[in-house]
Amino acid sequence: MPDTAVPPAGASILAIEARGLAKHFGDVRAVDGIDLDVPRGMIFGILGPNGAGKTTLLRMLATLLPPDAGSAKVLGFDLKESPHEVRGSIAMTGQFASLDEDLTGRENLILLARLWGFRGQNAKKRADDLLTAFDLADAASKQVKDYSGGMRRRLDIAASLVVTPGVLFLDEPTTGLDPMARKSVWRMIRSLSEAGVTILLTTQYLEEADQLAARIAVIDHGRKIAEGTSRELKAATGSGFLHLTLVDAARVEDAELMLEEITGNKPQRSSEGAALSLMVDTPQNANRALAALIAANIELADFSMGAPSLDEVFFALTGQITEPKNAEGDV
Amino acid sequence: MDDTNSTISLIHAARPPQPSALSNALVFGWRAVLKFKHIPEQLFDLVMTPIMFTLLFTFVFGGALSGSTGAYLQYFLPGILVQTVVFNSMYSGMGLSTDLGKGLFDRFRSLPIWSLSPFAGLMVGDILRHLIASLLILIIGIILGYRPEAGLIGILEALLLLIVIGFGFGWIFLVLGLVMSTPSTVMTMAFTGIMPLVFASNIMVDPATMPSLLRAFVEVNPVSLMTTAMRGVMAGNITAVQLGAALIAPILLTLILAPLTLWLYRRRK
Repeated sequence: MPDTAVPPAGASILAIEARGLAKHFGDVRAVDGIDLDVPRGMIFGILGPNGAGKTTLLRMLATLLPPDAGSAKVLGFDLKESPHEVRGSIAMTGQFASLDEDLTGRENLILLARLWGFRGQNAKKRADDLLTAFDLADAASKQVKDYSGGMRRRLDIAASLVVTPGVLFLDEPTTGLDPMARKSVWRMIRSLSEAGVTILLTTQYLEEADQLAARIAVIDHGRKIAEGTSRELKAATGSGFLHLTLVDAARVEDAELMLEEITGNKPQRSSEGAALSLMVDTPQNANRALAALIAANIELADFSMGAPSLDEVFFALTGQITEPKNAEGDV
Repeated sequence: MDDTNSTISLIHAARPPQPSALSNALVFGWRAVLKFKHIPEQLFDLVMTPIMFTLLFTFVFGGALSGSTGAYLQYFLPGILVQTVVFNSMYSGMGLSTDLGKGLFDRFRSLPIWSLSPFAGLMVGDILRHLIASLLILIIGIILGYRPEAGLIGILEALLLLIVIGFGFGWIFLVLGLVMSTPSTVMTMAFTGIMPLVFASNIMVDPATMPSLLRAFVEVNPVSLMTTAMRGVMAGNITAVQLGAALIAPILLTLILAPLTLWLYRRRK
Protein backbone atom coordinates (compact mmCIF):
# COMPACT_ATOMS: atom_id res chain seq x y z
CA MET A 1 0.00 0.00 0.00
CA PRO A 2 1.62 3.31 -1.04
CA ASP A 3 1.74 6.25 1.31
CA THR A 4 -1.56 7.77 0.38
CA ALA A 5 -0.62 11.27 1.54
CA VAL A 6 1.58 11.58 -1.53
CA PRO A 7 -0.49 12.48 -4.58
CA PRO A 8 0.15 10.75 -7.89
CA ALA A 9 2.94 12.11 -10.09
CA GLY A 10 1.86 14.97 -12.31
CA ALA A 11 -0.97 15.95 -9.99
CA SER A 12 -2.01 19.53 -10.46
CA ILE A 13 -1.51 22.29 -7.94
CA LEU A 14 -5.20 22.06 -7.13
CA ALA A 15 -6.13 20.29 -3.92
CA ILE A 16 -9.75 19.89 -5.04
CA GLU A 17 -11.00 19.91 -8.59
CA ALA A 18 -14.74 19.31 -8.98
CA ARG A 19 -16.74 19.39 -12.20
CA GLY A 20 -20.52 19.39 -12.32
CA LEU A 21 -20.98 17.59 -8.99
CA ALA A 22 -24.64 16.81 -8.40
CA LYS A 23 -26.71 14.93 -5.85
CA HIS A 24 -30.45 14.54 -5.80
CA PHE A 25 -32.56 13.26 -2.92
CA GLY A 26 -35.83 12.31 -4.56
CA ASP A 27 -37.02 15.51 -6.22
CA VAL A 28 -34.73 17.74 -4.22
CA ARG A 29 -31.62 18.82 -6.06
CA ALA A 30 -29.42 19.16 -3.01
CA VAL A 31 -26.34 19.85 -5.13
CA ASP A 32 -27.13 20.82 -8.68
CA GLY A 33 -23.92 20.91 -10.72
CA ILE A 34 -21.09 22.58 -8.83
CA ASP A 35 -17.58 23.27 -10.16
CA LEU A 36 -14.89 23.95 -7.61
CA ASP A 37 -11.16 24.64 -7.89
CA VAL A 38 -9.39 24.83 -4.56
CA PRO A 39 -5.64 25.57 -4.72
CA ARG A 40 -3.33 23.76 -2.32
CA GLY A 41 -2.71 25.36 1.04
CA MET A 42 -5.71 27.69 0.83
CA ILE A 43 -8.58 28.16 3.26
CA PHE A 44 -11.56 28.01 0.95
CA GLY A 45 -14.99 28.95 2.27
CA ILE A 46 -18.35 27.70 1.14
CA LEU A 47 -20.97 30.15 2.22
CA GLY A 48 -24.68 29.56 2.10
CA PRO A 49 -27.85 29.44 4.15
CA ASN A 50 -29.22 26.30 5.79
CA GLY A 51 -30.23 23.73 3.19
CA ALA A 52 -28.13 25.29 0.43
CA GLY A 53 -26.32 22.00 -0.18
CA LYS A 54 -23.05 22.76 1.65
CA THR A 55 -22.99 19.60 3.73
CA THR A 56 -24.00 17.38 0.81
CA LEU A 57 -21.17 18.86 -1.28
CA LEU A 58 -18.66 18.20 1.49
CA ARG A 59 -19.89 14.66 2.08
CA MET A 60 -19.48 13.85 -1.59
CA LEU A 61 -15.91 15.20 -1.57
CA ALA A 62 -15.17 13.14 1.56
CA THR A 63 -16.39 9.91 -0.18
CA LEU A 64 -19.32 9.58 2.24
CA LEU A 65 -21.90 10.07 -0.49
CA PRO A 66 -21.60 8.98 -4.13
CA PRO A 67 -22.37 11.82 -6.58
CA ASP A 68 -25.24 11.30 -9.04
CA ALA A 69 -23.38 13.24 -11.69
CA GLY A 70 -20.09 15.01 -12.21
CA SER A 71 -16.64 14.11 -10.99
CA ALA A 72 -14.02 15.37 -8.60
CA LYS A 73 -10.39 14.85 -7.74
CA VAL A 74 -8.98 15.35 -4.28
CA LEU A 75 -5.19 15.79 -4.32
CA GLY A 76 -5.22 14.17 -7.75
CA PHE A 77 -7.21 11.09 -6.68
CA ASP A 78 -10.53 10.54 -8.39
CA LEU A 79 -13.49 10.15 -6.00
CA LYS A 80 -14.99 7.22 -7.89
CA GLU A 81 -11.84 5.42 -9.01
CA SER A 82 -9.69 5.74 -5.90
CA PRO A 83 -11.94 6.36 -2.88
CA HIS A 84 -9.52 4.55 -0.57
CA GLU A 85 -6.67 6.87 -1.59
CA VAL A 86 -8.93 9.90 -1.19
CA ARG A 87 -9.75 8.74 2.36
CA GLY A 88 -6.04 8.40 3.02
CA SER A 89 -5.51 12.05 2.08
CA ILE A 90 -8.37 13.77 3.86
CA ALA A 91 -9.97 14.25 7.22
CA MET A 92 -13.50 15.40 7.88
CA THR A 93 -14.95 17.12 10.89
CA GLY A 94 -18.69 16.90 10.52
CA GLN A 95 -21.33 19.28 11.71
CA PHE A 96 -22.19 16.96 14.59
CA ALA A 97 -19.25 15.90 16.68
CA SER A 98 -17.99 12.62 15.28
CA LEU A 99 -16.74 11.36 18.61
CA ASP A 100 -17.58 8.50 20.93
CA GLU A 101 -19.36 10.21 23.81
CA ASP A 102 -18.89 7.32 26.22
CA LEU A 103 -15.12 7.22 25.81
CA THR A 104 -12.70 9.75 27.26
CA GLY A 105 -11.07 12.34 25.02
CA ARG A 106 -7.79 10.46 25.23
CA GLU A 107 -9.41 7.10 24.37
CA ASN A 108 -11.10 8.67 21.34
CA LEU A 109 -7.75 9.87 20.00
CA ILE A 110 -5.97 6.58 20.81
CA LEU A 111 -8.73 4.70 18.98
CA LEU A 112 -8.23 6.81 15.86
CA ALA A 113 -4.43 6.72 16.15
CA ARG A 114 -4.57 2.91 16.21
CA LEU A 115 -6.91 2.85 13.23
CA TRP A 116 -4.38 4.96 11.34
CA GLY A 117 -1.62 2.49 12.21
CA PHE A 118 0.10 3.94 15.29
CA ARG A 119 0.98 1.08 17.62
CA GLY A 120 1.11 0.78 21.39
CA GLN A 121 3.00 3.62 23.02
CA ASN A 122 3.16 5.60 19.75
CA ALA A 123 -0.64 5.77 19.64
CA LYS A 124 -0.74 7.01 23.24
CA LYS A 125 1.97 9.57 22.56
CA ARG A 126 0.20 10.89 19.48
CA ALA A 127 -3.02 11.22 21.48
CA ASP A 128 -1.25 13.06 24.29
CA ASP A 129 0.55 15.41 21.86
CA LEU A 130 -2.76 16.30 20.25
CA LEU A 131 -4.48 16.81 23.61
CA THR A 132 -1.69 19.16 24.70
CA ALA A 133 -1.72 21.09 21.44
CA PHE A 134 -5.48 21.58 21.63
CA ASP A 135 -5.40 22.58 25.28
CA LEU A 136 -7.34 19.51 26.39
CA ALA A 137 -4.71 17.79 28.51
CA ASP A 138 -6.64 18.55 31.72
CA ALA A 139 -9.80 16.94 30.33
CA ALA A 140 -8.01 13.95 28.79
CA SER A 141 -9.57 11.36 31.10
CA LYS A 142 -13.05 12.86 31.17
CA GLN A 143 -15.76 11.21 29.10
CA VAL A 144 -16.62 13.27 26.03
CA LYS A 145 -20.27 13.56 27.12
CA ASP A 146 -19.04 15.81 29.94
CA TYR A 147 -17.20 18.16 27.54
CA SER A 148 -18.46 21.66 26.75
CA GLY A 149 -19.38 22.53 23.16
CA GLY A 150 -16.06 24.28 22.59
CA MET A 151 -13.99 21.41 24.03
CA ARG A 152 -15.91 18.91 21.93
CA ARG A 153 -15.24 20.90 18.78
CA ARG A 154 -11.53 21.18 19.62
CA LEU A 155 -11.33 17.42 20.21
CA ASP A 156 -13.20 16.81 16.97
CA ILE A 157 -10.68 18.89 15.04
CA ALA A 158 -7.80 17.19 16.89
CA ALA A 159 -9.32 13.87 15.83
CA SER A 160 -8.99 15.01 12.22
CA LEU A 161 -5.26 15.60 12.70
CA VAL A 162 -4.23 12.19 14.03
CA VAL A 163 -2.35 11.95 10.78
CA THR A 164 -1.92 15.20 8.91
CA PRO A 165 -4.51 15.33 6.14
CA GLY A 166 -3.73 16.84 2.76
CA VAL A 167 -7.18 18.38 2.82
CA LEU A 168 -9.23 19.07 5.92
CA PHE A 169 -13.01 19.38 5.53
CA LEU A 170 -14.72 21.38 8.25
CA ASP A 171 -18.50 21.43 8.16
CA GLU A 172 -19.75 24.51 10.01
CA PRO A 173 -16.87 24.40 12.48
CA THR A 174 -18.27 27.02 14.84
CA THR A 175 -22.02 26.47 14.69
CA GLY A 176 -23.43 26.55 18.20
CA LEU A 177 -20.28 27.88 19.86
CA ASP A 178 -20.11 30.96 22.06
CA PRO A 179 -18.02 33.89 20.77
CA MET A 180 -14.95 32.96 22.85
CA ALA A 181 -14.94 29.36 21.67
CA ARG A 182 -15.52 30.53 18.12
CA LYS A 183 -12.46 32.79 18.23
CA SER A 184 -10.36 29.93 19.55
CA VAL A 185 -11.50 27.63 16.73
CA TRP A 186 -10.67 30.40 14.24
CA ARG A 187 -7.15 30.69 15.65
CA MET A 188 -6.78 26.94 15.36
CA ILE A 189 -7.91 26.92 11.72
CA ARG A 190 -5.52 29.74 10.86
CA SER A 191 -2.55 28.02 12.42
CA LEU A 192 -3.35 24.78 10.58
CA SER A 193 -3.44 26.71 7.37
CA GLU A 194 -0.12 28.40 8.20
CA ALA A 195 1.30 24.91 8.71
CA GLY A 196 0.29 24.04 5.14
CA VAL A 197 -3.02 22.17 5.41
CA THR A 198 -5.59 22.89 2.69
CA ILE A 199 -8.91 23.62 4.38
CA LEU A 200 -12.37 23.56 2.86
CA LEU A 201 -14.90 24.90 5.33
CA THR A 202 -18.60 25.54 5.11
CA THR A 203 -20.30 28.24 7.07
CA GLN A 204 -23.51 30.19 7.25
CA TYR A 205 -21.73 32.98 9.07
CA LEU A 206 -20.66 35.70 6.68
CA GLU A 207 -18.21 37.05 9.19
CA GLU A 208 -16.53 33.65 9.47
CA ALA A 209 -15.98 33.36 5.71
CA ASP A 210 -14.76 36.95 5.63
CA GLN A 211 -12.33 36.36 8.53
CA LEU A 212 -10.87 33.03 7.45
CA ALA A 213 -11.28 32.24 3.80
CA ALA A 214 -8.96 33.44 1.04
CA ARG A 215 -11.63 32.55 -1.49
CA ILE A 216 -15.36 32.12 -1.01
CA ALA A 217 -17.94 30.28 -3.07
CA VAL A 218 -21.50 31.38 -2.36
CA ILE A 219 -24.01 28.61 -2.88
CA ASP A 220 -27.77 28.60 -2.74
CA HIS A 221 -30.29 25.92 -3.76
CA GLY A 222 -27.46 23.59 -4.72
CA ARG A 223 -25.86 26.02 -7.17
CA LYS A 224 -22.82 28.22 -7.00
CA ILE A 225 -24.07 31.75 -7.47
CA ALA A 226 -20.77 33.56 -6.99
CA GLU A 227 -17.12 32.96 -6.27
CA GLY A 228 -14.19 35.16 -5.48
CA THR A 229 -12.20 36.75 -2.72
CA SER A 230 -14.15 38.53 -0.07
CA ARG A 231 -13.04 41.82 -1.64
CA GLU A 232 -14.14 40.77 -5.12
CA LEU A 233 -17.54 39.69 -3.88
CA LYS A 234 -18.01 42.99 -2.15
CA ALA A 235 -16.85 44.94 -5.18
CA ALA A 236 -19.31 43.07 -7.38
CA THR A 237 -22.17 44.41 -5.33
CA GLY A 238 -21.19 48.04 -5.72
CA SER A 239 -18.46 50.32 -4.45
CA GLY A 240 -20.06 51.15 -1.17
CA PHE A 241 -23.08 51.31 1.03
CA LEU A 242 -24.60 54.28 2.75
CA HIS A 243 -26.22 53.34 6.05
CA LEU A 244 -28.80 55.76 7.44
CA THR A 245 -30.90 55.86 10.58
CA LEU A 246 -33.82 58.28 10.60
CA VAL A 247 -35.00 60.12 13.68
CA ASP A 248 -38.62 59.78 12.60
CA ALA A 249 -39.53 56.28 11.45
CA ALA A 250 -42.75 57.60 9.90
CA ARG A 251 -40.76 59.32 7.16
CA VAL A 252 -38.94 56.21 6.03
CA GLU A 253 -41.07 55.85 2.90
CA ASP A 254 -40.47 59.45 1.82
CA ALA A 255 -36.77 58.88 2.28
CA GLU A 256 -36.87 55.64 0.30
CA LEU A 257 -38.54 57.28 -2.69
CA MET A 258 -36.16 60.21 -2.63
CA LEU A 259 -33.06 58.03 -2.42
CA GLU A 260 -34.17 55.80 -5.25
CA GLU A 261 -34.83 58.83 -7.40
CA ILE A 262 -31.40 60.29 -6.78
CA THR A 263 -29.22 57.18 -7.07
CA GLY A 264 -31.35 54.86 -9.17
CA ASN A 265 -30.90 52.08 -6.60
CA LYS A 266 -33.58 50.75 -4.30
CA PRO A 267 -32.62 51.05 -0.62
CA GLN A 268 -32.91 48.04 1.72
CA ARG A 269 -35.01 48.71 4.79
CA SER A 270 -33.96 47.16 8.08
CA SER A 271 -36.45 45.05 9.99
CA GLU A 272 -36.72 47.74 12.69
CA GLY A 273 -37.97 50.14 10.06
CA ALA A 274 -36.01 53.35 10.71
CA ALA A 275 -32.71 52.27 9.17
CA LEU A 276 -31.94 52.15 5.47
CA SER A 277 -28.92 51.00 3.56
CA LEU A 278 -28.33 52.12 0.02
CA MET A 279 -25.87 51.02 -2.61
CA VAL A 280 -24.04 54.06 -3.94
CA ASP A 281 -21.67 54.06 -6.88
CA THR A 282 -19.60 57.10 -5.88
CA PRO A 283 -19.08 59.24 -2.77
CA GLN A 284 -20.56 62.13 -4.74
CA ASN A 285 -23.81 60.22 -5.01
CA ALA A 286 -23.76 59.67 -1.27
CA ASN A 287 -23.28 63.39 -0.70
CA ARG A 288 -26.15 64.23 -3.00
CA ALA A 289 -28.40 61.76 -1.26
CA LEU A 290 -27.63 63.19 2.18
CA ALA A 291 -28.06 66.75 1.00
CA ALA A 292 -31.45 65.93 -0.49
CA LEU A 293 -32.68 64.34 2.74
CA ILE A 294 -31.57 67.34 4.81
CA ALA A 295 -33.21 69.72 2.32
CA ALA A 296 -36.46 67.77 2.68
CA ASN A 297 -36.24 68.08 6.48
CA ILE A 298 -35.79 64.35 7.06
CA GLU A 299 -33.61 64.28 10.15
CA LEU A 300 -30.88 61.68 10.50
CA ALA A 301 -29.99 60.09 13.84
CA ASP A 302 -26.94 58.43 12.37
CA PHE A 303 -25.24 57.79 9.06
CA SER A 304 -22.14 56.00 7.88
CA MET A 305 -20.49 55.03 4.63
CA GLY A 306 -18.87 51.62 4.25
CA ALA A 307 -17.93 48.78 1.96
CA PRO A 308 -20.82 46.31 1.74
CA SER A 309 -20.81 43.57 4.32
CA LEU A 310 -20.90 40.00 3.10
CA ASP A 311 -24.44 40.01 4.41
CA GLU A 312 -25.40 42.64 1.89
CA VAL A 313 -23.44 40.84 -0.79
CA PHE A 314 -25.25 37.64 0.00
CA PHE A 315 -28.68 39.17 -0.15
CA ALA A 316 -27.81 41.03 -3.30
CA LEU A 317 -26.70 37.74 -4.89
CA THR A 318 -29.47 35.47 -3.68
CA GLY A 319 -32.03 38.15 -4.43
CA GLN A 320 -31.06 37.85 -8.09
CA ILE A 321 -31.22 34.11 -8.26
CA THR A 322 -34.55 34.06 -10.06
CA GLU A 323 -32.94 35.77 -13.06
CA PRO A 324 -31.29 33.01 -15.08
CA LYS A 325 -28.45 35.11 -16.44
CA ASN A 326 -27.15 35.82 -12.97
CA ALA A 327 -27.80 32.41 -11.55
CA GLU A 328 -24.97 30.69 -13.38
CA GLY A 329 -22.17 33.17 -13.85
CA ASP A 330 -19.20 33.58 -11.57
CA VAL A 331 -18.64 37.03 -10.26
CA MET B 1 -3.63 25.72 20.10
CA ASP B 2 -2.30 29.24 20.37
CA ASP B 3 1.24 28.20 19.68
CA THR B 4 1.80 27.87 15.96
CA ASN B 5 5.13 26.10 16.48
CA SER B 6 3.50 23.24 18.32
CA THR B 7 0.95 22.99 15.51
CA ILE B 8 3.72 22.84 12.94
CA SER B 9 5.53 20.06 14.79
CA LEU B 10 2.26 18.12 15.04
CA ILE B 11 1.50 18.63 11.38
CA HIS B 12 4.91 17.47 10.23
CA ALA B 13 4.93 14.27 12.27
CA ALA B 14 5.53 11.11 10.22
CA ARG B 15 2.65 8.93 9.03
CA PRO B 16 2.66 5.34 10.27
CA PRO B 17 2.37 2.51 7.72
CA GLN B 18 -1.18 1.36 6.98
CA PRO B 19 -2.44 -1.28 9.41
CA SER B 20 -3.99 -4.59 8.39
CA ALA B 21 -7.72 -5.30 8.31
CA LEU B 22 -7.31 -7.60 11.32
CA SER B 23 -5.60 -4.85 13.29
CA ASN B 24 -8.48 -2.46 12.43
CA ALA B 25 -11.00 -5.03 13.63
CA LEU B 26 -9.13 -5.55 16.90
CA VAL B 27 -9.14 -1.79 17.56
CA PHE B 28 -12.93 -1.83 17.28
CA GLY B 29 -13.00 -4.80 19.61
CA TRP B 30 -11.00 -2.73 22.10
CA ARG B 31 -13.62 0.00 21.77
CA ALA B 32 -16.32 -2.53 22.71
CA VAL B 33 -14.37 -3.45 25.84
CA LEU B 34 -13.98 0.23 26.78
CA LYS B 35 -17.76 0.55 26.56
CA PHE B 36 -18.16 -2.02 29.33
CA LYS B 37 -15.81 0.04 31.48
CA HIS B 38 -17.64 3.32 30.86
CA ILE B 39 -21.25 2.13 30.82
CA PRO B 40 -21.45 -0.34 33.70
CA GLU B 41 -25.22 0.36 33.85
CA GLN B 42 -25.65 -1.49 30.57
CA LEU B 43 -23.84 -4.50 31.99
CA PHE B 44 -26.11 -4.30 35.03
CA ASP B 45 -29.26 -4.36 32.85
CA LEU B 46 -27.72 -7.16 30.90
CA VAL B 47 -27.39 -9.50 33.89
CA MET B 48 -30.14 -8.31 36.23
CA THR B 49 -33.07 -9.24 33.98
CA PRO B 50 -32.01 -12.88 33.50
CA ILE B 51 -31.09 -13.26 37.17
CA MET B 52 -34.50 -11.91 38.12
CA PHE B 53 -36.21 -14.24 35.66
CA THR B 54 -34.26 -17.24 36.91
CA LEU B 55 -35.08 -16.58 40.56
CA LEU B 56 -38.68 -15.59 39.92
CA PHE B 57 -39.61 -18.54 37.74
CA THR B 58 -37.73 -21.06 39.83
CA PHE B 59 -39.19 -20.07 43.17
CA VAL B 60 -42.61 -18.64 42.23
CA PHE B 61 -43.72 -21.00 39.47
CA GLY B 62 -41.25 -23.85 39.78
CA GLY B 63 -43.12 -25.85 42.40
CA ALA B 64 -46.46 -25.51 40.61
CA LEU B 65 -45.06 -26.27 37.16
CA SER B 66 -42.73 -29.17 37.90
CA GLY B 67 -43.54 -30.34 41.39
CA SER B 68 -40.35 -28.91 42.90
CA THR B 69 -38.12 -25.89 42.36
CA GLY B 70 -35.12 -28.15 41.78
CA ALA B 71 -36.83 -30.12 39.00
CA TYR B 72 -38.04 -26.93 37.36
CA LEU B 73 -34.58 -25.30 37.43
CA GLN B 74 -33.17 -28.35 35.66
CA TYR B 75 -35.78 -27.82 32.90
CA PHE B 76 -35.73 -24.02 32.80
CA LEU B 77 -32.06 -23.04 33.01
CA PRO B 78 -30.95 -24.00 29.47
CA GLY B 79 -33.96 -22.06 28.15
CA ILE B 80 -33.26 -18.88 30.11
CA LEU B 81 -29.76 -18.91 28.59
CA VAL B 82 -31.29 -18.89 25.09
CA GLN B 83 -33.78 -16.19 26.08
CA THR B 84 -31.02 -13.99 27.52
CA VAL B 85 -28.82 -14.27 24.46
CA VAL B 86 -31.71 -13.56 22.09
CA PHE B 87 -32.66 -10.44 24.08
CA ASN B 88 -29.08 -9.26 24.49
CA SER B 89 -28.36 -9.57 20.79
CA MET B 90 -30.19 -6.28 20.33
CA TYR B 91 -27.48 -4.26 22.09
CA SER B 92 -25.16 -4.01 19.12
CA GLY B 93 -28.03 -2.83 16.91
CA MET B 94 -28.85 -0.17 19.49
CA GLY B 95 -25.19 0.79 19.70
CA LEU B 96 -25.00 1.03 15.93
CA SER B 97 -28.07 3.25 15.81
CA THR B 98 -26.58 5.51 18.51
CA ASP B 99 -23.27 5.80 16.64
CA LEU B 100 -24.96 6.55 13.33
CA GLY B 101 -27.08 9.27 14.95
CA LYS B 102 -23.98 10.99 16.32
CA GLY B 103 -22.06 11.10 13.07
CA LEU B 104 -19.34 8.89 14.56
CA PHE B 105 -19.63 6.41 11.70
CA ASP B 106 -19.04 9.25 9.23
CA ARG B 107 -15.59 9.57 10.68
CA PHE B 108 -14.99 5.84 10.51
CA ARG B 109 -16.25 5.74 6.93
CA SER B 110 -13.96 8.59 5.89
CA LEU B 111 -10.91 6.67 7.18
CA PRO B 112 -8.83 4.45 4.90
CA ILE B 113 -9.71 1.30 6.88
CA TRP B 114 -11.34 -2.04 6.08
CA SER B 115 -14.92 -0.88 5.73
CA LEU B 116 -16.39 -3.75 7.76
CA SER B 117 -14.09 -3.46 10.75
CA PRO B 118 -16.61 -1.42 12.80
CA PHE B 119 -18.98 -4.40 12.55
CA ALA B 120 -16.28 -6.75 13.71
CA GLY B 121 -16.00 -4.55 16.80
CA LEU B 122 -19.74 -4.78 17.43
CA MET B 123 -19.47 -8.56 17.16
CA VAL B 124 -16.66 -8.66 19.71
CA GLY B 125 -18.84 -6.64 22.09
CA ASP B 126 -21.72 -9.03 21.49
CA ILE B 127 -19.68 -12.13 22.18
CA LEU B 128 -18.35 -10.65 25.41
CA ARG B 129 -21.86 -9.68 26.51
CA HIS B 130 -23.19 -13.17 25.78
CA LEU B 131 -20.33 -14.82 27.66
CA ILE B 132 -20.66 -12.56 30.70
CA ALA B 133 -24.44 -12.93 30.99
CA SER B 134 -24.42 -16.70 30.31
CA LEU B 135 -21.66 -17.43 32.82
CA LEU B 136 -23.44 -15.43 35.48
CA ILE B 137 -26.68 -17.30 34.97
CA LEU B 138 -24.86 -20.62 34.99
CA ILE B 139 -23.09 -19.78 38.23
CA ILE B 140 -26.34 -18.76 39.91
CA GLY B 141 -28.05 -21.85 38.53
CA ILE B 142 -25.34 -24.13 39.88
CA ILE B 143 -25.51 -22.44 43.28
CA LEU B 144 -29.29 -23.02 43.31
CA GLY B 145 -28.79 -26.69 42.47
CA TYR B 146 -28.73 -26.93 38.67
CA ARG B 147 -26.48 -29.76 37.47
CA PRO B 148 -25.47 -30.11 33.79
CA GLU B 149 -25.26 -33.87 33.17
CA ALA B 150 -22.61 -33.38 30.46
CA GLY B 151 -20.38 -31.48 32.90
CA LEU B 152 -17.77 -28.96 31.82
CA ILE B 153 -17.78 -30.15 28.20
CA GLY B 154 -21.54 -29.59 28.12
CA ILE B 155 -21.11 -26.07 29.46
CA LEU B 156 -18.41 -25.20 26.92
CA GLU B 157 -20.52 -26.57 24.06
CA ALA B 158 -23.51 -24.63 25.39
CA LEU B 159 -21.52 -21.39 25.45
CA LEU B 160 -20.40 -22.00 21.87
CA LEU B 161 -23.97 -22.65 20.75
CA LEU B 162 -25.13 -19.48 22.56
CA ILE B 163 -22.54 -17.39 20.72
CA VAL B 164 -23.70 -18.81 17.40
CA ILE B 165 -27.32 -18.03 18.30
CA GLY B 166 -26.43 -14.50 19.41
CA PHE B 167 -24.39 -13.94 16.25
CA GLY B 168 -27.32 -14.98 14.06
CA PHE B 169 -29.94 -12.92 15.89
CA GLY B 170 -27.57 -9.94 16.09
CA TRP B 171 -28.02 -9.32 12.35
CA ILE B 172 -31.73 -8.58 12.84
CA PHE B 173 -30.87 -5.70 15.12
CA LEU B 174 -27.96 -4.45 13.03
CA VAL B 175 -30.41 -4.15 10.12
CA LEU B 176 -32.93 -2.39 12.39
CA GLY B 177 -30.12 -0.16 13.70
CA LEU B 178 -29.31 0.89 10.14
CA VAL B 179 -32.93 1.47 9.18
CA MET B 180 -34.45 2.97 12.35
CA SER B 181 -33.70 6.54 13.29
CA THR B 182 -33.29 6.15 17.05
CA PRO B 183 -31.95 3.47 19.40
CA SER B 184 -35.22 3.42 21.34
CA THR B 185 -37.17 2.51 18.17
CA VAL B 186 -34.77 -0.39 17.72
CA MET B 187 -35.48 -1.48 21.29
CA THR B 188 -39.25 -1.21 20.91
CA MET B 189 -39.19 -3.17 17.66
CA ALA B 190 -36.93 -5.72 19.29
CA PHE B 191 -39.25 -6.30 22.24
CA THR B 192 -42.33 -6.48 20.03
CA GLY B 193 -40.70 -9.13 17.87
CA ILE B 194 -38.92 -11.14 20.55
CA MET B 195 -41.61 -11.31 23.24
CA PRO B 196 -43.94 -13.70 21.38
CA LEU B 197 -41.01 -15.81 20.19
CA VAL B 198 -39.70 -16.19 23.73
CA PHE B 199 -43.00 -16.74 25.55
CA ALA B 200 -44.66 -18.93 22.94
CA SER B 201 -41.83 -21.40 23.23
CA ASN B 202 -40.77 -24.34 25.34
CA ILE B 203 -38.43 -22.20 27.50
CA MET B 204 -40.72 -21.92 30.53
CA VAL B 205 -43.26 -24.70 30.19
CA ASP B 206 -43.67 -28.02 28.41
CA PRO B 207 -45.86 -27.31 25.36
CA ALA B 208 -47.78 -30.60 25.92
CA THR B 209 -50.54 -28.73 27.80
CA MET B 210 -50.95 -25.96 25.18
CA PRO B 211 -53.88 -25.79 22.72
CA SER B 212 -53.00 -27.59 19.50
CA LEU B 213 -52.81 -24.48 17.29
CA LEU B 214 -50.38 -22.79 19.66
CA ARG B 215 -48.46 -26.02 20.11
CA ALA B 216 -47.98 -26.23 16.34
CA PHE B 217 -46.34 -22.81 16.42
CA VAL B 218 -44.27 -23.54 19.52
CA GLU B 219 -42.86 -26.69 17.98
CA VAL B 220 -41.45 -24.86 14.93
CA ASN B 221 -40.54 -21.70 16.79
CA PRO B 222 -36.76 -21.30 16.32
CA VAL B 223 -36.46 -20.34 19.98
CA SER B 224 -37.96 -23.72 20.95
CA LEU B 225 -35.63 -25.56 18.58
CA MET B 226 -32.64 -23.75 20.05
CA THR B 227 -33.83 -24.43 23.59
CA THR B 228 -34.25 -28.14 22.89
CA ALA B 229 -30.71 -28.27 21.50
CA MET B 230 -29.41 -26.36 24.51
CA ARG B 231 -31.03 -28.89 26.87
CA GLY B 232 -29.53 -31.70 24.82
CA VAL B 233 -26.05 -30.18 24.88
CA MET B 234 -26.09 -29.66 28.64
CA ALA B 235 -27.55 -33.12 29.25
CA GLY B 236 -25.11 -34.77 26.85
CA ASN B 237 -27.84 -36.46 24.79
CA ILE B 238 -28.25 -34.08 21.82
CA THR B 239 -29.04 -35.65 18.44
CA ALA B 240 -27.69 -34.42 15.11
CA VAL B 241 -31.24 -33.56 14.03
CA GLN B 242 -31.82 -31.42 17.12
CA LEU B 243 -28.53 -29.59 16.58
CA GLY B 244 -29.28 -29.07 12.90
CA ALA B 245 -32.78 -27.73 13.67
CA ALA B 246 -31.35 -25.28 16.20
CA LEU B 247 -28.81 -23.97 13.71
CA ILE B 248 -31.33 -23.32 10.91
CA ALA B 249 -32.38 -19.88 12.20
CA PRO B 250 -28.91 -18.49 12.99
CA ILE B 251 -27.51 -19.73 9.67
CA LEU B 252 -30.43 -18.41 7.61
CA LEU B 253 -30.36 -15.07 9.42
CA THR B 254 -26.65 -14.69 8.76
CA LEU B 255 -26.91 -15.70 5.09
CA ILE B 256 -29.77 -13.30 4.39
CA LEU B 257 -29.11 -10.39 6.72
CA ALA B 258 -25.32 -10.09 6.66
CA PRO B 259 -25.26 -9.06 2.97
CA LEU B 260 -28.31 -6.84 3.58
CA THR B 261 -26.51 -5.15 6.50
CA LEU B 262 -23.47 -4.42 4.38
CA TRP B 263 -25.57 -3.17 1.51
CA LEU B 264 -27.55 -0.85 3.80
CA TYR B 265 -24.34 0.38 5.43
CA ARG B 266 -22.63 1.15 2.13
CA ARG B 267 -25.57 3.03 0.61
CA ARG B 268 -26.32 5.12 3.69
CA LYS B 269 -26.60 8.83 3.08
